[in-house]
Amino acid sequence: MGSMTPLYEEHLAAGGKLVDFAGWDMPIHYGSQIEEHHTVRNAAGMFDVSHMTVVDLSGDRVRDYLRYLLANDVSRLESSGKALYSCMLNESGGIIDDLIVYYIKNDFFRMVVNAGTRARDLAWLEQQAAAYAVTVTERPDLAMVAIQGPAARDRVLEVLAAGARSVAGSLRPFFGAFAGDWFIARTGYTGEDGFEIILPNEAVVAFWQQLRTAGVRPVGLGARDTLRLEAGMNLYGSDMDESFTPLESALGWTVAWEPPERDFIGRSALEKQRHEGVRDKLVGLLLEGKGVLRNHQKVVVGDDGQGEITSGSFSPTLQRAIGFARVPQQTGATCEVEIRGKLLPARVVKPPFVRNGAAQIEL
Amino acid sequence: MSNIPVDRKYSRTHEWVSLNDDGTVTVGISDSAQEQLGDMVFVEVPEVGQNLDATEACAVVESVKAASDVYAPVSGEITAVNEGLTDSPETVNQDAYGAGWIFRMQPADASELDTLMDAEAYESFLASEAH
Repeated sequence: MGSMTPLYEEHLAAGGKLVDFAGWDMPIHYGSQIEEHHTVRNAAGMFDVSHMTVVDLSGDRVRDYLRYLLANDVSRLESSGKALYSCMLNESGGIIDDLIVYYIKNDFFRMVVNAGTRARDLAWLEQQAAAYAVTVTERPDLAMVAIQGPAARDRVLEVLAAGARSVAGSLRPFFGAFAGDWFIARTGYTGEDGFEIILPNEAVVAFWQQLRTAGVRPVGLGARDTLRLEAGMNLYGSDMDESFTPLESALGWTVAWEPPERDFIGRSALEKQRHEGVRDKLVGLLLEGKGVLRNHQKVVVGDDGQGEITSGSFSPTLQRAIGFARVPQQTGATCEVEIRGKLLPARVVKPPFVRNGAAQIEL
Repeated sequence: MSNIPVDRKYSRTHEWVSLNDDGTVTVGISDSAQEQLGDMVFVEVPEVGQNLDATEACAVVESVKAASDVYAPVSGEITAVNEGLTDSPETVNQDAYGAGWIFRMQPADASELDTLMDAEAYESFLASEAH
């Protein structure tokens, strides 16, 4: 029996099939992973993401701290509430985690990191905070629900109390804001519009039930994975871990090289790698025929190149197998994937595969 | 609790086998098997005319979660396959014992059917596998 979020009983009541995820008992689906996926693309679905780690960072020098800690630059966050997606690197440029950080005030930022890397992340944040006198406060008193889909905003706005509704209704994409002690952000991990709402543990059950009554469907981790893969979003632990840099993980765009005077942890290692040439790259793959791509399948490139599927699955929206693979830098437009002893043709494509419900690649 | 109809037999690899009036058998996978695999996305049916030995792999059911071989429960020749599963693999999930049938075969040796489990034995088998 793992850790339980405050929504555990709700998952059971909704017919959730619970599995272990990073030490938490979480619903992989509530009956049909594929139907749940379609609901997010066509209407509105909600995810319990309370297992993720919310960390508040405060202090006069918190901005300097984050500019050193993160590969992306919080200086890009000029308006309160703006969010930044970044990798947090070790000295060798390896990715400790990928995360989102919200600028609230000059002396207060909120960060959301992965559940699986919680201990490693917190220890690292604390260790680095000392030099900047930053206070690192984990917030296990907060739960989190993500509501995603073309109808998600409407459903959430129907359910929220007047004050929160006004705050949520005026949020631009990739911004968050407080409504009392609830934090509402227009962010997500599905490629659809919607909100991720961080709220006190005591309030989440009632909120979830109100959303259900309003017609929002509970969606499990299985669909969460096919949705984020279609949206071209990396999954830490599959697509990258601490032994890979952002440049090998299709995350070069999250590294802020400018201004050159900004030192950040891992910068010199990344510069060296960039200078010497990055050996591998992470690409999107579309299997040409029938089948399902799966993690760790071997990818064959030309005569002697080899790679590996890092995230493989079946895209319910495209009805085709898609995935990410780490392959040699010189890989061109095609490759083959070894599936049950056969080499099947695949096409290299640039993610995202799907955005706002529509295919972004040629099928 | 999964559904285990008493009007058919079961193999240790989770196929169900139903005897038809003309002596052929119809084969599919059990409700327990489809539930374990999750939403089906592809079914590879065998070829009509194919000759198989008992326990030989002859079809594949593939879900988002895993691909699983389907085995001939008895020796014999494939007489029909469920082509509809190509377009609608989810039928295996929705109606594993009816419209989700995968193939029919003419058994080479009817006595082989006696080696299969009845519903009660399959239920015990499932319970023991769960531990």
